[in-house]
Amino acid sequence: MPHEIDVVAKICAHHNHDPAALLEILHDTQEEFGCVSDDAARTIAERLNISRADIHGVRSFYGDFSRQADKPKLKLCRAEACQAVGSEELARRLSDKGIASETIYCLGNCALGPAAMIGERLIGRASVELLEAELADD
Amino acid sequence: MTDTPRLYLSRDAAALSVGADAVAAALPRDQLVRTGSRGMLWLEPLLEVETAQGRIGFGPLSVMDAKRLADAGFPEDDATCLGKVEDLPWMKVQRRVIFERCGLIDPLDLDAFEASGGLDGLWSALGKTPSDIVETVTRSGLRGRGGAGFPAGIKWKTASEAVADQKYICCNADEGDSGTFADRMLMEGDPGQLIAGMIIAGLAVGATKGFIYCRSEYPHAIATLKAAISAWEARGWLGSDILGSGKAFELQLRRGAGSYVCGEESAMLESLEGKRGQVRVKPPIPAISGLFGKPTIVNNVLTLASVPWILAHGGEAYAEIGHERSRGTQAYQLAGNIRRGGMLEADFGISLRDLIEDFGGGTLSGRPLKAVQVGGPLGAYIPADDLDLPMDYEAFAAAGAMLGHGGIVAFDNTVDMAKQAEFAMEFCAEESCGKCTPCRIGSIRGAETISKIREGENVEANLELVEELCTVMTDGSLCAMGGLTPMPVMSALRHFREDFISSDPKLEDMVD
Ligand SMILES: Cc1cc2nc3c(=O)[nH]c(=O)nc-3n(C[C@H](O)[C@H](O)[C@H](O)COP(=O)(O)O)c2cc1C
Ligand code: SF4
Ligand code: FES
Repeated sequence: MPHEIDVVAKICAHHNHDPAALLEILHDTQEEFGCVSDDAARTIAERLNISRADIHGVRSFYGDFSRQADKPKLKLCRAEACQAVGSEELARRLSDKGIASETIYCLGNCALGPAAMIGERLIGRASVELLEAELADD
Repeated sequence: MTDTPRLYLSRDAAALSVGADAVAAALPRDQLVRTGSRGMLWLEPLLEVETAQGRIGFGPLSVMDAKRLADAGFPEDDATCLGKVEDLPWMKVQRRVIFERCGLIDPLDLDAFEASGGLDGLWSALGKTPSDIVETVTRSGLRGRGGAGFPAGIKWKTASEAVADQKYICCNADEGDSGTFADRMLMEGDPGQLIAGMIIAGLAVGATKGFIYCRSEYPHAIATLKAAISAWEARGWLGSDILGSGKAFELQLRRGAGSYVCGEESAMLESLEGKRGQVRVKPPIPAISGLFGKPTIVNNVLTLASVPWILAHGGEAYAEIGHERSRGTQAYQLAGNIRRGGMLEADFGISLRDLIEDFGGGTLSGRPLKAVQVGGPLGAYIPADDLDLPMDYEAFAAAGAMLGHGGIVAFDNTVDMAKQAEFAMEFCAEESCGKCTPCRIGSIRGAETISKIREGENVEANLELVEELCTVMTDGSLCAMGGLTPMPVMSALRHFREDFISSDPKLEDMVD
């Protein structure tokens, strides 16, 4: 896909082909395409003049990056403060309803849990009903 | 009250998460200032109306409430009226050093920032020699707020004495601990306080470049920080000639990518170099050889954001605040199953009981409190009977617990502590950087073994095995990820052994 390669090359240029900015480059790529594909990884490796193995290593280390565009829209906090107000029950009920969610450990909304996020929208005191409505709005 | 009083409503992510934007849309736009949060998160969305007597609070508001209030001219006999915000018990006890203007101004209004004394500390630092700045911070007794409580002055002195062509200031804004959100609140509510603190650190040690490493789970903080950095640059408050002093400091924001261990300082530096977030072997310490091998100060957001006040008021004034060897103020964060959750900044030394009962108002569910986890996922579980513990680094250490970043997570009596112990091991297995075996393998075996215990399999023998694994992890791990995971596990085991022996929560506890 030439389009993808062009966009990724632009992202690399935007970050001055700086290997230290690799996470930023991967973030921008992930945001653009919902993943960092092998093609994208190859382009980044060439542009930054680092090995493809290094890119794969970094991509697989960090939870934010994925090789395929398969991340659910909904992020659900499953860390302790949200567990204390029923995040596990909420996760169970969502999965029973066939609503996929990505597990996150803390969204910084620990006083108003269970916390969830859709895109950049933070949701407090989440319930199945509230999340269904928010997903429908999206 | 004038006919068109100024209105203040938080744009903090927590307030947005319970509908602050919708409330804002129902209010007269030309009167409205969006601020950071006061920290009373159970009252969000909290509207404040300026009057001759001070700001009057209304909350928590629905859109309907906001419309009604706007139509009626914000009458103080409305059911949502809280009276004067400064007089609320939660506010009255506070001493705000870090959060002195959080919740009061538009976080991106540089004029309001300057008018409220935001540049005082920076001006003071610009008039001092680097060693005087280091000396002031040392005298203040300021300790790192990221978890370890290491004296900031000592770290700064080491970096200031290191000779190098480039040094760095790195702000640790990874805030991965569950139950903590004070870094986020500061970055969203008063980013200038952090930026000023970083510039002062740069002046002190001779560093001209800084990075803020902010976790990606904080998009609102990231957006505010980016906007604040640009605004500071445009004013000449950041860049090649700070406030016309001839001194330079350049600041960049970098996002984390969903890894807890990247909050560990050396893993964070690896990540800032564009690598996997693997922990480095120490020595050398970052103050000698850190980012790109150069002398680097790594400090938490709240450590750096304490510095402007210290420079403005003097190290001695700061050292007068606090409890025993924990000087200054602490951002207490009440989270989890708590009726009144939020953040308050006050002197060290408040007891855990006062925080949970007086401020927090007990559990949200109304059921009896069973345990409190302090200090994030690597912190101890403290039973409800042992809350008479002052919030102070040494007092917590003596009790086999830790203060960490000041997060306090409450659990009611439906919690199964064996399950919490299993989660602590699972979390470690999930987030381990993989560098050392006790952490990487020990945590996987630990989780498996606790799971067996919960199923009633060889309980006594497996409990012994868990204790052995914990000893190996404590003694043999390279960093506190593996080294402290035994803390929640062993504290759960020590205080709530009955939960491990029969995995179902005790029947009598389930009956109200
Ligand atoms: C697994 C792990 C996670 C950590 N996470 C954070 C964090 O999110 N924020 C932070 O400031 N410090 C964190 N720390 C502590 C840092 O390693 C370091 O001590 C701190 O950033 C130093 O700054 P301070 O002296 O101002 O506290 C973590 C440590 C470990 C072992
Ligand atoms: S203790 Fe765990 S996280 Fe720390 S260095 Fe070892 S493997 Fe990495
Ligand atoms: S623990 Fe869920 S938001 Fe912090």
